[in-house]
Amino acid sequence: MEIAVIDYKGGNVQSVLFALERLGVQATLTSDEEVIRRADKILFPGEGEAASAMSELRAQGLDRLLPTLTQPFLGICLGMQLLGTHSEENDTELLNILPFEVKRFPADAQHKVPHMGWNTLQRLRSPLFDGLNAEDYVYFVHSYYAPVGDYTIAEAEYPAPFSAAVQHRNFYAVQFHTEKSGPVGTRILENFLKL
Amino acid sequence: MLTKRIIPCLDVKDGRTVKGVRFEGLRDAGDPVALASRYAREGADELVFLDITATNQKRQTLVALVRDVARELDIPFTVGGGIGTVADVEALLLNGADKVSINSAALHRPELIDELARRFGSQCIVVAVDARYTPENGWQVYTRAGTHNTGYNAVAWSREVAERGAGEILLTSMSNDGTKDGFALDLTGAVSQAVSVPVVASGGAGSKQDFTAVFQQANADAGLAASIFHFGEIGIAELKQHLRADGIPVRL
Repeated sequence: MEIAVIDYKGGNVQSVLFALERLGVQATLTSDEEVIRRADKILFPGEGEAASAMSELRAQGLDRLLPTLTQPFLGICLGMQLLGTHSEENDTELLNILPFEVKRFPADAQHKVPHMGWNTLQRLRSPLFDGLNAEDYVYFVHSYYAPVGDYTIAEAEYPAPFSAAVQHRNFYAVQFHTEKSGPVGTRILENFLKL
Repeated sequence: MLTKRIIPCLDVKDGRTVKGVRFEGLRDAGDPVALASRYAREGADELVFLDITATNQKRQTLVALVRDVARELDIPFTVGGGIGTVADVEALLLNGADKVSINSAALHRPELIDELARRFGSQCIVVAVDARYTPENGWQVYTRAGTHNTGYNAVAWSREVAERGAGEILLTSMSNDGTKDGFALDLTGAVSQAVSVPVVASGGAGSKQDFTAVFQQANADAGLAASIFHFGEIGIAELKQHLRADGIPVRL
């Protein structure tokens, strides 16, 4: 199985590569169109800020390539947010693969921003979450979120429900760090590799 | 529901853990990777590695350690200790660190926080604030391993680092550190109220009740400790059971 991890200087890709390595899977870190097109699975991690991530994707022509992919695709964290239409983070136009707008969490005394730490997943509705239990925890670090919509396949609350995971066709994405979520995250990665 | 985090802290020197770790069943208690994996299995929510290496090889050994830890560990970890430049931070993040903690360098040149947050995102930039209490001056910020009083007020400095883009504050009370008399509740509560980013309380943990207090009375987002975990005085699983019984949300 050929796995491509998309390289666009988007943060901590090494953790994703190591997580795949722990599963005994070799992946290629690449921004090459041919390598990406012929991969069986695509991982699209991301951390940092939306506008600079989008300009890096544009500089490499990935903003045109990614929406045309047909193999199973997994966005992680910022890699999920970038699949939407628009982000409040520096008023950024996104890849427009899924119909959500990315908004900033309103901070209050009980709800610090970033939303950082382990939170429960709720209302799971995808084979991505096979074998998970209702009270399983995953690790989140983010200040912006995608609202709940038809595309939502898992929710979390902070304090209102938001999209913890989304899907449209072959495009799956999770807001949490599946590569840093212990055995639960490992199971989700395994499930993705079986899609 | 978002849970409160329990974070063991490992001091490392030349790539090895120091400060005496007594653990049965670990073939080599000085191996940071083995110790980190053990804490992860026992339910630690994150780990912090504090590098106290003072040699010229510091940067190389720390990058190598980060790679080794990231290869094994499936929970997040922060690296701190003498990190001073954008290049240092980049090397650590590229090799698998989830967050990098800066301290003296931020006090020396506060704009470094803005630069790091812009470049890498606030989510991976932790600012460590070491504070000590005196009746005359209240809580003031110290640097250089607590030897130098900056004259900064700890709450005001915490507010400034958050405004500059720190994504988390690692708040250590040097007045409580090592006492096992509990966390500095007044300091932690004041900083937690002053900033909208998560606050990790550190210094003084001696009992399970100390963690309950810092979460319930001081609104800390995470509690960090070293020796009580290293010497097996409190197990992470039993600590979290205790917290859950006290009504505090934790990951079990």
